[in-house]
Amino acid sequence: MATEPLFSIPQSTGMETVTITFEGKALTVPAGINVAAALLVGGAHEFRTSVVGQVPRAPYCMMGVCFECLVEIDGVPARQSCLVEVRDGMQIKRQSGAVDLDGTNFGENHD
Amino acid sequence: MASQQLTVVGGGLVGAAIAYGAARVGVQVRVLDQGDVAFRASRGNFGLVWVSSKGGGMPRYARWTYDAAKLWPTLHQELLDVTGVDSGLLQPGGFWLGFSEAEVAARAELLEKIDREAGGIPFQMMEPSELKNYLPDLGPAVVGGSFGPIDGHANPLMLLRALHKGLREKGADVVTGIDVEKINYAEAGGRFDVFSTDGQQWSSDRVVLAAGIGNARLAPQVGLHAPIVVTRGQVLITERLKRFLEYPTNKCRQTREGSVQIGSTSEDVGLDDGTTPEKIEWLARRAVATFPALARARLVRAWGALRPLTPDGYPIYQASRTCPGAYLATCHSGVTLASAHCLVLGPWVGGVTDIPLEFDVFSSDRFTGPKASFSHGH
Repeated sequence: MATEPLFSIPQSTGMETVTITFEGKALTVPAGINVAAALLVGGAHEFRTSVVGQVPRAPYCMMGVCFECLVEIDGVPARQSCLVEVRDGMQIKRQSGAVDLDGTNFGENHD
Repeated sequence: MASQQLTVVGGGLVGAAIAYGAARVGVQVRVLDQGDVAFRASRGNFGLVWVSSKGGGMPRYARWTYDAAKLWPTLHQELLDVTGVDSGLLQPGGFWLGFSEAEVAARAELLEKIDREAGGIPFQMMEPSELKNYLPDLGPAVVGGSFGPIDGHANPLMLLRALHKGLREKGADVVTGIDVEKINYAEAGGRFDVFSTDGQQWSSDRVVLAAGIGNARLAPQVGLHAPIVVTRGQVLITERLKRFLEYPTNKCRQTREGSVQIGSTSEDVGLDDGTTPEKIEWLARRAVATFPALARARLVRAWGALRPLTPDGYPIYQASRTCPGAYLATCHSGVTLASAHCLVLGPWVGGVTDIPLEFDVFSSDRFTGPKASFSHGH
């Protein structure tokens, strides 16, 4: 679970922030950054569990290539969190293993 | 008997399988491999171990394919034992799925013909209601299908890796980054000298051409004929999904790791291994029509790859008459046939066994002469 963050963002006065939720915990983060960065700054270490071995995974490439940073965002599974910008009120959960085509609400707001 | 030395030109699935098959029976093997800069058909193979509908115009090929599917578990287990690499073989049977009654009727006719002519290639035609017992997520666009009980699939890349590791385990010499330019046959000593573009040279008693597209250029140098064209296959792959597809089909298959591979096209575009939006869309629509739940899956990659094809689509396996010890092996289905290439062709080209029964039909002589006009069945 979220512990002491390994990453931080330099604070500046007047910075616009948004509030997102990761596994039920509210995080206030700078607007305009991507979800992966926001979660790392918030101290998240485990973004998902791997498909075959069910072991914890976290972002690796931060540029949309490695698919290690997958999370569920607003009910949509397996989103690449490094490619999605934070939005106020965003509900984020860990991605548990592979996507289940039958058992998931895929939401309407694919962006 | 002194061990013969064999040079295999080409380290893709065909060359590696033959080379491993020779090495495992004691032949001294050297593989000259262009490396991953080559148009490696092994990378584009859809990964099916597939018997159904193969060999409609050549019963011996249907039988060869059937035998290969039967031999696959032996190869898979041996590679696992020798190398620890899992080629990913699953053989639960496979489905062909049709979108029109005419297509399904033609399929039934073809499979009956092959079954009759090749002496027992089992299959079963099924209505959608029966298909759904096996493929519960099947969509309404599918009006019928056929089941091949020994069809299956494997992981082409892991198979290639297993064969290369196996070659090293069996003491074979695998040289990579080699572009073979010239092969000389010295009648006096009965030996072959193989030359690469960078000035290296190797000598051996026997040589096998398994260079895919490259065979066309090399074959005439040792008295063989390899009329080869290429087809491009485009393939799509989804993110990893929870298992919903227990059987491989002709439209898509779910890998053991959970990705769904969707394929493939067969295009005549020369040496262009790119992808096109039109074909990607066509493949995706077809897959969604087959299994509507796939509309919710995300695609993560698409790629194109070139695969060699002879004018009639069937392989060429042939020993040179003018340069004894030279062989040609070229085919389209490097995964399906890997087991037969290894366990049957390897010992033959290594000089350990005689030519397999009724193998003359695979000679490229069929492409010469007045009757040589073809349409391939792939």
